[in-house]
Amino acid sequence: MEVHGNPLQLPLVFLAAAVLAVPLARALRLGAILGYLVAGVIIGPGVLGLVNKPGTILELAEFGVVLMMFLVGLELEPRRLWAMRRAVFGWGSLQLLGSAALLMGLALAFGQPWRLALVVSLGLAMSSTAVALAVLAERNLGSTTSGQSVLSVALLQDIAAIPVLSLVPIIALSGDAASHGGGDWQVAALKAVGAMLVIVLGGRLALRPLLRWIARSRTPEIFTAAALLLVLGTASLMHAVGLSAALGAFLAGVLLAESEYRRELETDLEPFKGLLLGLFFMAVGMGLDLTVVLQRPLLVLGLLAALLLTKAALLTLMARWMGIPGPERSVFVLLLAQGGEFGFVVFQLAQQAGLIDAAQNSALVAAVALSLACTPALLLASDRLLSSQLKRQAAPQDALLQSPQQAPIIIAGFGRYGQIVGRMLYANGFEATVLDHDAESVALLRRFGWRVYFGDATRLDLLRTAGAEQARVLVIAVDDVAQSLEIAALAREHWPQLQVVARARNLQHYFRLRDLGVTLIERETLDSALMSARSVLELLGLQPHAARKLAWRFRQHTLEQLDVLFPLYKDEAALTAATRRGRQQLESLFAQEREQAAARKRQRPGWSQPPG
Amino acid sequence: MADILLLAAHPDLAHSHISQQLLQAAGAASHGPGHLQTRDLYALYPDYAIDVAAEQRALEQARLVIWLHPLHWYGMPALLKLWIDEVFAFGWAYGPGGQALQGKDLWLLSSTGSAAEAYGPAGHNGHALDEFLLPQAQTARLCGMRWLPPLVLHGAHRVGDAEVQQHVRGFIERLRSYPSWCPRGPEPALPEVPLDARPALFSSMEGL
Repeated sequence: MEVHGNPLQLPLVFLAAAVLAVPLARALRLGAILGYLVAGVIIGPGVLGLVNKPGTILELAEFGVVLMMFLVGLELEPRRLWAMRRAVFGWGSLQLLGSAALLMGLALAFGQPWRLALVVSLGLAMSSTAVALAVLAERNLGSTTSGQSVLSVALLQDIAAIPVLSLVPIIALSGDAASHGGGDWQVAALKAVGAMLVIVLGGRLALRPLLRWIARSRTPEIFTAAALLLVLGTASLMHAVGLSAALGAFLAGVLLAESEYRRELETDLEPFKGLLLGLFFMAVGMGLDLTVVLQRPLLVLGLLAALLLTKAALLTLMARWMGIPGPERSVFVLLLAQGGEFGFVVFQLAQQAGLIDAAQNSALVAAVALSLACTPALLLASDRLLSSQLKRQAAPQDALLQSPQQAPIIIAGFGRYGQIVGRMLYANGFEATVLDHDAESVALLRRFGWRVYFGDATRLDLLRTAGAEQARVLVIAVDDVAQSLEIAALAREHWPQLQVVARARNLQHYFRLRDLGVTLIERETLDSALMSARSVLELLGLQPHAARKLAWRFRQHTLEQLDVLFPLYKDEAALTAATRRGRQQLESLFAQEREQAAARKRQRPGWSQPPG
Repeated sequence: MADILLLAAHPDLAHSHISQQLLQAAGAASHGPGHLQTRDLYALYPDYAIDVAAEQRALEQARLVIWLHPLHWYGMPALLKLWIDEVFAFGWAYGPGGQALQGKDLWLLSSTGSAAEAYGPAGHNGHALDEFLLPQAQTARLCGMRWLPPLVLHGAHRVGDAEVQQHVRGFIERLRSYPSWCPRGPEPALPEVPLDARPALFSSMEGL
């Protein structure tokens, strides 16, 4: 089936493919890039054939890469770059050049021409910044050593993309340089320098006043248009003089990185970037010749293995040299070992320049896509391996709970909640025996002088050794709801004298703790949320004391509500109805008070003193 | 139901040897359940979040209300003052329709750090104790309560065990023989509170 006639059909196909494929890929934990690629393969000539000229689409879609480079430039405040210069230029260059060199050596060993080997290995050495940053954010690793290291290396790759992308046509040209005259070369260089000067000087002198003038028109869409015009303009200027359009956009971004319009430009262009990049990935997917992949699966798998193993080997060494802590190393290695979006760009460019053919491009794209696809699985596997290793090593020997303890308090779980409880108890001179199943944090806490033991508090024998027989209070502060309930049940069954103070993660957890006879339960979010609500009320002009009182009354009402709801919690309909009633009750209570306050004000305006 | 309501307000009861013994003795002496109810305010409201409705219910059932507290900076501990501010509400404790406390007895049971001589023109406190207790006495009057002569133990830091025991016994004696020792007179009248002399406790909620 081919799409003709209706001009809306093409965008329709692309948008539908994106809207269907990306959420699906996300749900499968494969990432958006892979979703776009697969969508591209499916609508491309190989499978459904809904789009028959992927080449033209690609030209448009490359604008997504240009936009991305502009935004990368925008992020690169010279000051920040300067602060990170060692990590970025040192470790980043080592990764990129080292990986490329190793891969190139491998390619040369297989008898590939050096031009192809160089370009392809540079493309493969690139990692996916987008995927890496998403994973770091998801795992909250942004500020850790590994997170910062990944960021530095990714940053260098982003910067290096410019020279690499400019290099590809030059390498291609150098092959038939003999046919070109020397004069041409000089004119081209002059033109290039001129264009760069125009961009830098124009950016320094004219851009900001111009943007200010446009912003003053107070028409948001015109500002967006200006932002797009700016990127497009620089890109085409560079293109006109035979330089990489991405380089121009990147330069323009850097020039604006310190301007007051940085955030606005970012917000305005981000959606365009996302969609156009999506289009780019789909175009890459459409260009993927499935027959090549299916005919030569060994080639693709070999490329995949070469890519992952070479880069992982180098990164493992680097992780050691960089002093990344043991358990964080695998994240650093796996996130950077995969291929990335710049690889696709490089291969695309290489094919246009005639360095590689369509079949080679397909095999390379497939290998990089597969590396992206298997990263989540590899991360998961390394997590499993790591946690089982930690279990076997079970922290330092002295952290194992072997001799019986006698502290009057046992704290199960020493994460963000248990630590606060524990610190407050310690600060007031109370001894506690702490159990935690995270070997890493046990080791850390012991270094700070805490008497923390490694162990799973759901184990009866361990609780007994921890002194549950004589202890007075057991604090259950483990994250896992099932474990928390298990510990509570054990304590209730075996040591009725032990007072249980438990933290509930949510209402269901609260109710089930109540079921087990635990009465001293705190919902972990209640009080901090009430403090936030108090801040809001104060910001709205309420007296801090009045806000505090309202919060306390709300708290009390909420706790009373829980008593009402507890017998009903297994009956969802009754629970919902009772919750609604409770809310209405609270609303009417508050409304009544507001009414009274208003009435008082009507009768006696200006009164603010108590009697006396 | 309880007809004696003992409201204890001590911010650090664990370290008080007088208030604690008074409370224990009162608990032991109460004639069966219900005759005397003790409410330890600092135990009930450690966060100063007073349940006004519960307090008003307890007050409504009492004939004699006792405030038990040490003298802090010439007055009552902060929580008891807050308790009065919130529980003795306009239209309930005083003002139009505010008759909930009318006819009840209010008795202060207190202790001071200084010796008795310190309270008087010649002492270092410069005024008689009654002058310092004027706000409490007037509060009772405004609510139509009978203000009984306070029972005060002076020099609480220095008194010996024997003296404390005697003080406690005197208190229990009074508790048992209530109301025989109370000055009987005409039912206290509710003073008229002018309409323009009323509070607005939740004035700050008007912004909502």
